[in-house]
Amino acid sequence: MQWETVIGLEIHAQLATKSKIFSSASTAYGAEPNTQACAVDLGLPGTLPVLNEQAVRFAVKFGLAIGAHIAPFSVFARKNYFYPDLPKGYQTSQFDKPIVGLGQLDIEVDGDTKTIGVTRAHLEEDAGKSLHEDYHGMTGIDLNRAGTPLLEIVSEPDMRSAAEAVAYVKKLHTLVQYLGICDGNMQEGSFRCDVNVSVRPVGQDEFGTRAEIKNLNSFRFIEKAIAHEVERQIDVIESGAKVVQETRLYDANKDETRSMRSKEEANDYRYFPCPDLLPVAITSALLDEMRDSLPELPAAKKQRFKQQYGLNGYDSEVLTTQRAMADYYEDAVNFSDGEAKLVANWVMGELSAALNQHNIEIVSSPVSAERLGGLVKRIADQTISGKIAKQVLELMWSSEHSADELIEREGLKQISDTGELEKMIDQLMADNIDQVEQFRAGKTKMIGFFVGQLMKQTQGKANPQELNKLLQSKLKG
Amino acid sequence: MYNKSLKELSASLRSKEVSSVELSQYFLARIKHFDGELNSVITSNEEVALSTAQQADKIIASGEGGLLTGIPLLHKDIFCTQGLRTSCGSKMLDNFVAPYTATAVNKLELAGAVMLGKTNMDEFAMGSSNETSFYGGVKNPWDLETVPGGSSGGSAAAVAARLAPLASGTDTGGSIRQPAAFCGITGIKPTYGRVSRYGMIAFASSLDQGGAMAKSAEDAAIMLQAMSGFDEKDSTSVDKPMDDLLAGLGDSIKGLRVGLPKEFFTEELDVDIREKVEAAVDALKSAGAIIKEISLPNINLSVPAYYVVAPAECSANLSRFDGVRFGHRCESPKDLEDLYKRSRGEGFGNEVKRRVMMGAYVLSAGYYDAYYKKAQQVRRLIKQDFVDAFKEVDVIASATAPSVAFTSGEKKDDPVSMYLSDIFTIGVNLAGLPAMSVPCGFVDKKPVGMQLIGNYFEESRLLNVGHQYQQLTDWHLAVPTGYEQEA
Repeated sequence: MQWETVIGLEIHAQLATKSKIFSSASTAYGAEPNTQACAVDLGLPGTLPVLNEQAVRFAVKFGLAIGAHIAPFSVFARKNYFYPDLPKGYQTSQFDKPIVGLGQLDIEVDGDTKTIGVTRAHLEEDAGKSLHEDYHGMTGIDLNRAGTPLLEIVSEPDMRSAAEAVAYVKKLHTLVQYLGICDGNMQEGSFRCDVNVSVRPVGQDEFGTRAEIKNLNSFRFIEKAIAHEVERQIDVIESGAKVVQETRLYDANKDETRSMRSKEEANDYRYFPCPDLLPVAITSALLDEMRDSLPELPAAKKQRFKQQYGLNGYDSEVLTTQRAMADYYEDAVNFSDGEAKLVANWVMGELSAALNQHNIEIVSSPVSAERLGGLVKRIADQTISGKIAKQVLELMWSSEHSADELIEREGLKQISDTGELEKMIDQLMADNIDQVEQFRAGKTKMIGFFVGQLMKQTQGKANPQELNKLLQSKLKG
Repeated sequence: MYNKSLKELSASLRSKEVSSVELSQYFLARIKHFDGELNSVITSNEEVALSTAQQADKIIASGEGGLLTGIPLLHKDIFCTQGLRTSCGSKMLDNFVAPYTATAVNKLELAGAVMLGKTNMDEFAMGSSNETSFYGGVKNPWDLETVPGGSSGGSAAAVAARLAPLASGTDTGGSIRQPAAFCGITGIKPTYGRVSRYGMIAFASSLDQGGAMAKSAEDAAIMLQAMSGFDEKDSTSVDKPMDDLLAGLGDSIKGLRVGLPKEFFTEELDVDIREKVEAAVDALKSAGAIIKEISLPNINLSVPAYYVVAPAECSANLSRFDGVRFGHRCESPKDLEDLYKRSRGEGFGNEVKRRVMMGAYVLSAGYYDAYYKKAQQVRRLIKQDFVDAFKEVDVIASATAPSVAFTSGEKKDDPVSMYLSDIFTIGVNLAGLPAMSVPCGFVDKKPVGMQLIGNYFEESRLLNVGHQYQQLTDWHLAVPTGYEQEA
């Protein structure tokens, strides 16, 4: 039988507000446990939540970016369940009246564009963390994360393959960072993903029974978890059994999913509107303000890069995936006096490689766009060769100097003076009569020997084109 | 001294007839002398109170401060007070000291009031008799065999016995007004949103409202003025300035339209009480008020609607008491489930457990629409009834409670009968309106209260009606036998 995979996604994007969604405690990552949890976050009796307006603005911004309906009134509800890292015994979330309604997002897979529906996005608070290690059979509770604002983005079950799911997640990941509403840091849990997967025979209209795989925090895990789960479900059905609706956990070490709890064991969350918070009212003035504040979105930027800089589709895509990289690129092009293609090569090539190697984000690149632009300018005007440029980039990495300063200081300027080069060639030929003879006898590869020797003598500074031209004519006699 | 009005006490402080330290010592002595049998004050703040009073005396000496500067008062133990235990009448919080002070308490502190201690209350404000307190019931100073009402029974009994000139209370379904009526004092619950709920331990968030309990409408007005006001820490707080309540007390009530809801004057109301309330209404009439019969057609649904909404909210509000971070934790739990079950099982009393379970039930899948959603619809109808009524009248008058104070233990095992004792007060909370209770006579030597309900944000008018009534009568000046002596 031919099977079709159906995938829907729930993504939790941590909103990049300075303080928590209902308190003034900081949301900064990595502090000592429980140092960023105030009385409200601890759920102390008598404390009350006050909604962080910035979180609302971020949610609205997101809604506008996916062309969604923004609810004029949305309502916070209490989702009731007991867990030690859930201080109030309920999570304040949005239930039947979310702030962002139906919207959509285009993805590209293998050159085809597909529109994925976004059912809704709602605001909620994160829980704390239970730490099961290091406490000798007991559990430690860290409430620093409790009350961190999340935007839960729920898709329609519109994806039909792991590749589509990953394309969708990547697209969202790019979008939220563009909007400046989420730092997108998946390792720190700022962008987490729950995947709903089911399979059905090709041609069947009804969906199969789905399993939900919780808390996937890398693109690779999403892809692998789906692949594994699809295989598992097909095996289950083909063996004559039925897929059970349940929550599953992906174990990256064993590359398998396993059951966490079935539907029967699922909690009754007893949602009801939170009486401590008023409905969230979105005025048309706020909508206008947010609309005006929207940055150029990835798709539009990619299109512009193709036209404005004459880049191909691949380069435009890579350079616009991160807003920070796109901004860096445009700055560097500016400082290079418009060497768009060359800058693209350097940003995507040498610079990205160096950043990856040192595990540094482009926003904190030790070599600024201004300095990289300056470097590219000197390649373009042939002051230095590409090879020397790599050397200069390394020097720039560990200093504050400009390319020009370093070229000057290290004497890296290319030797294009034909008189000087001729003198060196003549001397070299005189010293290596045998090799000259061999060349003239038809062993033209011998030219490599002369290039090598001369580059060695000039420490790579000889202008390669010039050198080649002169050697050809001199060797031929 | 104990029966002096706030204005008189303040004048005595200003004239150096008495200092705030002396006044505080005087009432602390009354508490020591009389409260052994009443059990109205569960935590004393003596040491801090006396140093606060010293500060107040300095302020008075410099000619600064206001009417409340140096005036002793008590706070219901539902208001968090930094550094002083806040138990909410529960074993669960017997060990709880909040690291912050409730906004209402803070405001009174800023106004110069001196907190003498914290008053007993029904556990988590759930009760109408004060018998659900972990610290034992409170006795009604008018008759020690009877209850003071609840849940602000400690505050009511303390003010009635003149253990303090003022006490704070909270009112979720009548918890200020019913004990005020049972104890023969004046109590006002303002419009929902007037007094910040920050630091006031939540029972049912959409109904809870702090207020003032005092000997007279005038004293209550001064206290309410100080404790109310917008608070950015409470999202349901209303950003609307309060009228000058004291200034409003001089207005004539000539032409004031007083509505009597026919649904509140039925055979459920004790005939003797009805007589007293009607006499009080007559007094208003003699002062120029126009009396009209009105109807609140859906008001009879208020008790059932309330006993869905309030437990639903409390079931979630009380989830935080899980033994994990604060409050009671059971001895050596064997696992998480055990920790939850025993901590909560041991920490909460029966009435609290009953309401938590009712609340969880009405919110559960499959029952939500039939109970919670329906109750919210009923709530809107009740609110609309009041809105319509206030197109015809300026205030609504009724009995505060269907009976006078009942005997301790009488209704303890009959929750439904207990719930029905709030039948006249609950609708006000569902609608979020301001209402007060003023003493209007005695039946069997027990006080009777008249409830006055005002339109939204009309505390000033409401208090003026109470004040004008107290200019015509002296029920509010009566002191229970035995407590008129000095300590």
